[in-house]
Amino acid sequence: MKVRHYLLRRVVSLLPVIFGVSLITFGLMGLVPGDPAEILASYGKETEPTAEEVKAVREQLGLDLPLPVRYARWLGRVVRGDLGRSLCSGEPVWREITVRLPATLELTAGGMVVGLLIALPVGILAAVKRDSILDQLSRALALLGASVPSFWLGMVLILLFAVRLGWLPAMGRGGLRHFILPSCALGLGASAVLMRLIRASLLEVLEQDYIRTARAKGLRERATVLRHALKPSLLPVVTVLGLQFGNLLGGAVIIETIFAWPGLGMFIIESILARDFPVIQGFALFMSLVFVATNFAVDVAYRWLDPRIQYGT
Amino acid sequence: MPMEQTYPLIRPRHRARSQPYRDWIRRLAAITSGLHYLRHAPAGFLGALLLATFAVAAVAAPLIAPYDPLAIDVKNGLAAPSWTHPLGTDHLGRDVLSRLLFGARASLGAAGAVVLIVTVIGVTVGMVAGFCGGWVDEIIMRLVDTVLAFPSIILALVVAGLLGPGLRNVMLGLTIVRWAGCARVVRSLILSLREREFILAARCVGASNWRIMTRHLLPNVLGPVVVLTTLDLGNVILSISGLSFIGLGVQLPHPEWGAMLNYGRPYIQTAPLLMVFPGLSIALAVLSANLLGDALRDLLDPRYRRYLS
Repeated sequence: MKVRHYLLRRVVSLLPVIFGVSLITFGLMGLVPGDPAEILASYGKETEPTAEEVKAVREQLGLDLPLPVRYARWLGRVVRGDLGRSLCSGEPVWREITVRLPATLELTAGGMVVGLLIALPVGILAAVKRDSILDQLSRALALLGASVPSFWLGMVLILLFAVRLGWLPAMGRGGLRHFILPSCALGLGASAVLMRLIRASLLEVLEQDYIRTARAKGLRERATVLRHALKPSLLPVVTVLGLQFGNLLGGAVIIETIFAWPGLGMFIIESILARDFPVIQGFALFMSLVFVATNFAVDVAYRWLDPRIQYGT
Repeated sequence: MPMEQTYPLIRPRHRARSQPYRDWIRRLAAITSGLHYLRHAPAGFLGALLLATFAVAAVAAPLIAPYDPLAIDVKNGLAAPSWTHPLGTDHLGRDVLSRLLFGARASLGAAGAVVLIVTVIGVTVGMVAGFCGGWVDEIIMRLVDTVLAFPSIILALVVAGLLGPGLRNVMLGLTIVRWAGCARVVRSLILSLREREFILAARCVGASNWRIMTRHLLPNVLGPVVVLTTLDLGNVILSISGLSFIGLGVQLPHPEWGAMLNYGRPYIQTAPLLMVFPGLSIALAVLSANLLGDALRDLLDPRYRRYLS
């Protein structure tokens, strides 16, 4: 019962954020330079649109109505899953985006997995062997990971493993082999933040009394760290995963072009260059909703993982 | 006078210097002079030195660049590094070194400008929210939450994409996105500061709200803000070059590091060096900003450190 109350309260507290997101997304169209009706009327035509054509578009889309009314109408359509139609393809924006979203999410998840696979062992080692040469190396690796742009790393990886060595394919989406290079390019940046965090948090836990107890009763160091210290030290890491997800999503959008990964990134860049505004707007809305949902899930998972936190607060 | 006693921003390591500061201009000078503590943090010193070198190279680009960065010499395209072209030439025969130097102006200049504007907006908004409280705080924080509900690079990409490609629009997009994080940090700092005794004391002697904000609160948030700004600089350099890389930022034929990487892509097999140098420049600039930021954070009063994570 308490859990259900908590979930309900959290969902309710999301509403203002989602409302704000919808306002910003709606307002984004105001950034487009020029008269939207004129742009829409002239889209894909050789000649300038006539005044009647512009007027027809304006009335058809309700662009002559006051702003609050337009927002309400737009919101009403969005809630029903109608994000308008792409100017380029004429397909519904909803379908255009949902068709490509899985590829982008897959890449984001791949980056997260690679990030954790690097960060976990390195972070643990750095904490256990504090101030050793290993710790220094992990520090250098973290700095490097945070400084090297993922899109450049992607190109370097292609050059090394696809062009020079020919071990892995450079382009496209397919089996696991296609997945390795882009995930690594994305994951290194995420691992930088995560490994420092794991190290710091594990060091803090290792100073707790119950760890001293574990050591005092003669438990081997390995068992102490892995069985008693590691689990609680990962709690702060969980909270950061949500934020990292947002970074990775953005990174995925950028590096998709390098690997010819058929996801939202390539699509949105094409749409921007083609000035396909409904698609860009839908993309912004979708990405933020995915981000908000992930952070919500992370938050709920955190409360579930840490029973010390009361549901009431 | 003793009312204005505040706390040292940068923790003195070796010798206590606890003179009372008169106003925040002197406090700013104190931060700058506090940089000499960096001599005990070699990595941070290296970062500061590298950043300064980049800045000088960017400013002096017209003087030190060996060639016109836009001068095309197609016959001499994709040349390997030589004495005449130290870093080789690109596919149109333009000198890569000259383009890197001029590119630093776009990449670093834009990033520096974005970070400065973001800091000014973030500090102002954060201070107003934290100090006023009530419905003002409520509205501002709702807005901050909303902006932070978008993955930052994606919102910047969308704003720049709707406005149309170009460096200025990318800068605008990043500014619209990034002020929120800074405002949130400053607000939480102000919330804890405004309950402290020295603010009460200032109120007791009749200081106005404006005076309390500018003379008592602002100097105390400057230290953490300087650290935050330095750490942000690296991220903004990455964002600008990333957005230029996908064609949104600096437009042809002007040089910018991310854009240079993009144009080097087709030659990844024939002239891989073309993508090595711009990438190294970005990585090195971001690295030096991160080195300096990390060192400054370590020097910062530990009481403030928890606000920065």
